[in-house]
Amino acid sequence: MKNRSLVSINDYSKEEYLKILDIAEEFEKNPKQNIFEKYVVATLFFEPSTRTRLSFESAVNQLGGKIIGFSDASSSSVKKGESLKDTIKTVANYSDLIVMRHPLEGSARFASEVSDVPIINAGDGANQHPTQCLLDLYSIRKTQGKIDDLHIAFVGDLKYGRTVHSNVIALTNFKCTFHFVSPTELKLPSAVKRHIKESNLEYYQYTDLSEVIPKVDILYMTRIQRERFSDPMEYERVKNAYILNGNMLANSKPNLKVLHPLPRVNEIDENVDEMKQAYYFQQAKNGVYVRQALMAAILGVK
Amino acid sequence: MESKKLRTELVVSALENGTVIDHIPSKNVFQVIKILNLDTFDNQILFGTNLDSKRYGKKGIIKVKNKFFEIEEINKIAIVAPSATLIVIKNFEIIEKKPVEVPGIVDKFIKCINPNCVTNHENIHTRFTVIDKDAMKLQCHYCEKTTSKENFIFI
Repeated sequence: MKNRSLVSINDYSKEEYLKILDIAEEFEKNPKQNIFEKYVVATLFFEPSTRTRLSFESAVNQLGGKIIGFSDASSSSVKKGESLKDTIKTVANYSDLIVMRHPLEGSARFASEVSDVPIINAGDGANQHPTQCLLDLYSIRKTQGKIDDLHIAFVGDLKYGRTVHSNVIALTNFKCTFHFVSPTELKLPSAVKRHIKESNLEYYQYTDLSEVIPKVDILYMTRIQRERFSDPMEYERVKNAYILNGNMLANSKPNLKVLHPLPRVNEIDENVDEMKQAYYFQQAKNGVYVRQALMAAILGVK
Repeated sequence: MESKKLRTELVVSALENGTVIDHIPSKNVFQVIKILNLDTFDNQILFGTNLDSKRYGKKGIIKVKNKFFEIEEINKIAIVAPSATLIVIKNFEIIEKKPVEVPGIVDKFIKCINPNCVTNHENIHTRFTVIDKDAMKLQCHYCEKTTSKENFIFI
């Protein structure tokens, strides 16, 4: 993985991302090491994403690396009309690795083609966010002891949720059974279902959340956004149907964990937070270890 | 029989040296001209459309004098005219005759349908992988979205 960009989850093989999860486990045991001392990491956030940026920057800082960059495009030369190519080529002169978030789909792929240093895609529009996917795989493996043979439910906006799409595609490398819970308007696109069929795996679709809870090992919740609905009435009708509260977990399997990419709005009631099934804050913490592992592998120090 | 032979003579073989692109769907002739940038050529070019064809009912044909295309160049037209046949003529004789092939990669000449794709905002040549040759579905190398035949816009 040394010097290789990570733009899309498919850029790395299953073996390669399992290797990253193994390295992340080492960092979880010992997250503060001085192994990035010689390196400068650029974090270029052409659109704000405080959570993702802080996670990357915390990962670099804990390993003793230096950070340059910007947290939103209004404070960069983009505002003066500089092309993406010129911004990337310039920053590549100043850094060993570029982490970028950009509102346009395909921007990270393009950057990886013009940059002399590797690129990590921290989200390109609605397309890919591979480190989220890696930290979700890490969280699944960590809580279940394996990724194979699990029943995994995805709940909420499955049509536009890029996290759901990349997770499903990554999980088709493992022998998982999928359960999809969403309003009819926000069902998983057939292009993503095709990956499941090609892998000879099974999936089931539901509109009722409570029905799926006793069946699964992982309950992956996502936010349903009002602006995704062409009919605002339809949003009002469905918005409360996909809210998880503590009572609903009464019949869950003992090993069930609830995941969420965060930020949460109201789709998980706060009364779930203190229950043993709640894992979403630990999941966010795992993001730091996984990003440390990925950057260490790309920089060639692990 | 006699008249058909005559037509073949007129349409195909009346070229001393050059390339004939035959069996183009009539409605796609002008697209093929655009894709191959024939409008910028100085060579003599003859084209016809809505000609009678035994195989297709109606067809179009393009003849370019003294021009021999690279295979990559000619395969581009398979995107809009997969039934087309390429005929290479030297000294009034057919040297080569073969169907065009849909390429695996499509570079530069089709616009990505996704308005939020980076290729529609920065100065970048488009690039697609052909993921379905029959339905002619192209996946953008950059944004990974699919553009299908009915949405093709030529750059």
